[in-house]
Amino acid sequence: MNLHEYQSKLRFAEYGIPTPKGQVAHSPQQAYEIAKELGVPVVVKAQVLTGGRGKAGGVKLARTPEEAQQRADDILGMDIRSHKVLKVLVDPASNIQSEIYLGVTNDRAARKPLIMASAQGGMDIEEVNRTTPEKIIREHVDPFLGLRDYQIRNLAYGIELPRELWKQFGKIASGLYRCYVESDATLAEINPLIIDGSGNLLAVDGKISIDDNALYRHPDLAELRDTSAEPPAETQARAAGLSYIKLDGEIGCMVNGAGLAMTTMDMTKLYGGSPANFLDIGGGAKAETVAAALRIILADPNVKAVLFNIFGGITRCDEVAMGILAALKDIKVDLPMIVRLVGTNETEGRRLLDEAQVPHMITAATLAEAAQKAVTAAQGA
Amino acid sequence: MAILVDKNTRLIVQGITGREGMFHTEQMIEYGTNIVGGVTPGKGGEWALGKPVFDTVKAAREATGANTSVIYVPASFAADAMYEAIDAGIELIVCITEGIPVMDMMKVRERLDQSKSRLLGPNCPGLLTPGQAKVGIMPGHIAMPGKVGVVSRSGTLTYEVVYALTQREIGQTTCIGIGGDPVNGTNFIDVLQMFEDDPQTEKVVLIGEIGGTDEEKAATFIATYLTKPVVAFIAGQTAPPGRRMGHAGAIVEGGSGTAAEKIAALQTAGATVAKHPEEIPDLL
Repeated sequence: MNLHEYQSKLRFAEYGIPTPKGQVAHSPQQAYEIAKELGVPVVVKAQVLTGGRGKAGGVKLARTPEEAQQRADDILGMDIRSHKVLKVLVDPASNIQSEIYLGVTNDRAARKPLIMASAQGGMDIEEVNRTTPEKIIREHVDPFLGLRDYQIRNLAYGIELPRELWKQFGKIASGLYRCYVESDATLAEINPLIIDGSGNLLAVDGKISIDDNALYRHPDLAELRDTSAEPPAETQARAAGLSYIKLDGEIGCMVNGAGLAMTTMDMTKLYGGSPANFLDIGGGAKAETVAAALRIILADPNVKAVLFNIFGGITRCDEVAMGILAALKDIKVDLPMIVRLVGTNETEGRRLLDEAQVPHMITAATLAEAAQKAVTAAQGA
Repeated sequence: MAILVDKNTRLIVQGITGREGMFHTEQMIEYGTNIVGGVTPGKGGEWALGKPVFDTVKAAREATGANTSVIYVPASFAADAMYEAIDAGIELIVCITEGIPVMDMMKVRERLDQSKSRLLGPNCPGLLTPGQAKVGIMPGHIAMPGKVGVVSRSGTLTYEVVYALTQREIGQTTCIGIGGDPVNGTNFIDVLQMFEDDPQTEKVVLIGEIGGTDEEKAATFIATYLTKPVVAFIAGQTAPPGRRMGHAGAIVEGGSGTAAEKIAALQTAGATVAKHPEEIPDLL
């Protein structure tokens, strides 16, 4: 789960990290009032859970409260990488002397937390990593020892930070690491951490991503989830305990298991179609789960055919077939449905489906056959 | 011969009296796995499915001589269950539980690296040596004894491949699911080394997916050390970058770990890469 910039900076502030004293506006009028209260100039920043805001024109400077109102009016409602802007952050503009990058993340290759700093902040840190990786100073952290002071000094020394800022930097780095650990974050980064006009460090932009698996022990963070900008189907799927991601294709996919779901998507592409979604219904296939998944798939107007690919392992295929048939009693499907059941009791499962003579239902024995039939059906629809 | 588990395995089940634990213990017993006991704190002295239940892993190990443990406890207790098994000196720990926070796993991994235990998983289907032992949740009847070693990051996709092999009467030495979590105990390289050292394994099937760099590392290992032929498959070619595809932890980060990169690395290493899973038996 990603936090917005303003949510991340509020969290940083709780860990003693200096941040601008901005506020969130939902309307141009609010932006005007915030700018008036803060004093100008201000920066009006789109709050969307995607990168590339600046390039898309979602971050603008304003020299008067009126201009802030105008900029907020321009930015609110904008579409940035298919994320609609519903709120803006109005921050006091800073006098930027230099920009530093500081971030903590899980290094899955090293299986340890990794803290990184670079004097080349502000720009895309991945670009810095590609072109001049030596400009990023890295320290792996022992999860039992935590971030040690000497490691922070290694970072400060490595990025040639002026000595008079080492103390401030130390507080910020240790605060960021504590924030990362105590939030169960997969990423906590400040970019840029600036040296401002008065020679102090200030976190002007930041991002926190929380490990979804850890949200059960952070009810306060779970409440910060912003579902207003995500496709409603993804919100519904989460509520139903399904793993769903909307894509742009025309073949709705319902599969058990993430790896098999991705493989099924790949197969539709291999035969000239394209997947409308990723959907993992998890273990088994109870009628209510199948029904919830079907409703979500059918709500997508691009879907022209539905492909079921279920591997019955411990769950038997005849049980899965009964689950599908029960779900279809509640939901009328006018689109072609291609069903492939394989594994335990597959013959019995397929017989149940064939005997039910569901309109628009086609069964398939292999994955290749199922994918081909789905592509043909979608093209014919 | 087989790797990691066989007829001599002495297995205990952590969480034996829970719903999942009970269900799968029954399946494992039915398959013929040598289960010597179970652990549920507070239920020591009871019996479950004809097996003695202990309060702690240490007590279970002392009483039964267990060398392997399988964990079916909920995610919030799983890290503790793993620490306990490591501390009790269990040689092979198989953690089925999904949804364990990465922060917990980084600590478990640190502790594991200082011990003699091996961990498989978490968030994995476990492993199966056909005709000898089934540890975890893989359906037993889809496999048959033979000469192909199977290693995978996925669950149902593994079953799909193993089933396709069995239908063509291509048997397996051992089928292993290493799990899809970002931080796990055993990776592809560990298993490839074991298959290389196992005289009965003649060929290897490797099933990977997008995200991380384990497949790329496996490719380097295959090119440098492996003498046995490898057939591979990578899932997630159509997955959009930057999105997490389910709990499998399949995520493409910053342009690395894409399916195309993994396929290219494996092909360069000399592995045959299947276009789709049903092609694997033909390629073997």
